[in-house]
Amino acid sequence: MAELMTNALQQLPLAALHHELGAKMCPFAGYEMPINYPAGVMKEHIHTRTHAGLFDVSHMGQVLLQPKGDMETLALAFERLMPVDVLAVKPGRQRYGLLTNEDGGILDDLMFANRDDHYYVVVNAACKTADLAHLRAHLSDVADVIEVTDRALLALQGPDAEAVLEAIVPGTAAMRFMDVGVFGDLWISRSGYTGEDGFEISVPLDQVTAFAHSLLADTRVQPIGLGARDSLRLEAGLCLYGHDIDTTTSPVEANLTWAIQKARRTGGAREGGFAGADRILREMRDGPSRLRAGLLPDGRAPLREGVELIENEQVIGRITSGGFGPTLERPVAMGYVPTAKATVGTELTASLRGRAQGVSVADMPFFPNRYKR
Amino acid sequence: MKYTEDHEWLRVDGDVITVGITEFAAEQLGDVVFVELPELETMVSTGDEIAVIESVKAASEILAPLNGEIIEVNAELTDNPALVGEDPLGAGWFFKMKVDDLSTLDGLMDEEEYQNHIA
Repeated sequence: MAELMTNALQQLPLAALHHELGAKMCPFAGYEMPINYPAGVMKEHIHTRTHAGLFDVSHMGQVLLQPKGDMETLALAFERLMPVDVLAVKPGRQRYGLLTNEDGGILDDLMFANRDDHYYVVVNAACKTADLAHLRAHLSDVADVIEVTDRALLALQGPDAEAVLEAIVPGTAAMRFMDVGVFGDLWISRSGYTGEDGFEISVPLDQVTAFAHSLLADTRVQPIGLGARDSLRLEAGLCLYGHDIDTTTSPVEANLTWAIQKARRTGGAREGGFAGADRILREMRDGPSRLRAGLLPDGRAPLREGVELIENEQVIGRITSGGFGPTLERPVAMGYVPTAKATVGTELTASLRGRAQGVSVADMPFFPNRYKR
Repeated sequence: MKYTEDHEWLRVDGDVITVGITEFAAEQLGDVVFVELPELETMVSTGDEIAVIESVKAASEILAPLNGEIIEVNAELTDNPALVGEDPLGAGWFFKMKVDDLSTLDGLMDEEEYQNHIA
């Protein structure tokens, strides 16, 4: 049975390297993924914050949107799927986007880059199939929606990432946060999901093992698993799809209104016109009933996903992500709270294994991001 | 030493047993960041969830291995939960309990059986 389960999981292109490096492998989103390496989550997390961490994120979906006509027509069609200013993203630039449904819920969060004559999109692994179907259903008149299946995706994150990558791929150090570029066979963006400066690098499958080895040959680079990726993005206050955001949460509730540019807001040049605009614009005007907030538990016990926030014996909110923040050396969490209680400093009560545990609303990110803007 | 299927070890000293988790379990857990210990003088029954180990990754429970009374807890774990990973068989012990019926120890695994269990 166990063997059957393993066979049913998709293997990462770097699976052999992960095993060689002693990774503990676990199923995640249909893939057998490295959760941690022998150093362990804590050391991997700290190493990424102090030097550079190499993440295999090849499970994520890479998609090309190739316009059948001009880029502007495609941009405007893409804008009907996201409350995001797609048109303003210039060639060589990337932006965070959110696919929304008619109810204003979030179908997925993604990165999209304008690569002059097409868009390059990176989506979550668990949403990949649904996203492709959604994009094809809505964009096929104006674009070919092509899943990229012959490339791996790596992330190099941390303060030493720039120097390490520049030595191997000259020219990358000059990139700014959210720049994208093509360097030979490599598609590189200056971005990531750890709060650190760093890069995401799309590599042809037949080159990825050699490329990963060249990065790991630098003593500043250590391989980092999904465990530390999760604690890093949590400290950075970033949402994890399926946990902090899903089809029931709107971008406004999720505190992601920064991702909705002025052009798409009420009074903007291209106001509304996206899936779920009624709810999203209404919530921006009137305020949502709940908000995603940063939460700092009192004491040392982590509050994890699913823990309820209680007031007068009523459930008023819920933790959606939580754990121990290795850089902060304390537990951190985020979750949904009634909007009136989302103010920094508000003290709330969580129910942890049946006991009352104090927790207070805090500013995010918990650890300041270090993007090179 | 005796072992449970849940990867606890029991060191027997008269009718008092000291309980901790095995090296195998400690390695599986990874970095321990918080330990919630049982209350002193609690009467516990086999299988009760009486302590919680929080690692960076997840929370896991420690179950009472036998019926008895908690008579001592390792307060050092409160300040230094990492002891669980650093010295699981020594300084990383969790609690001591006075066992109602020592013959119930016979139902637990010995070293060889435990090694086979995790093999």
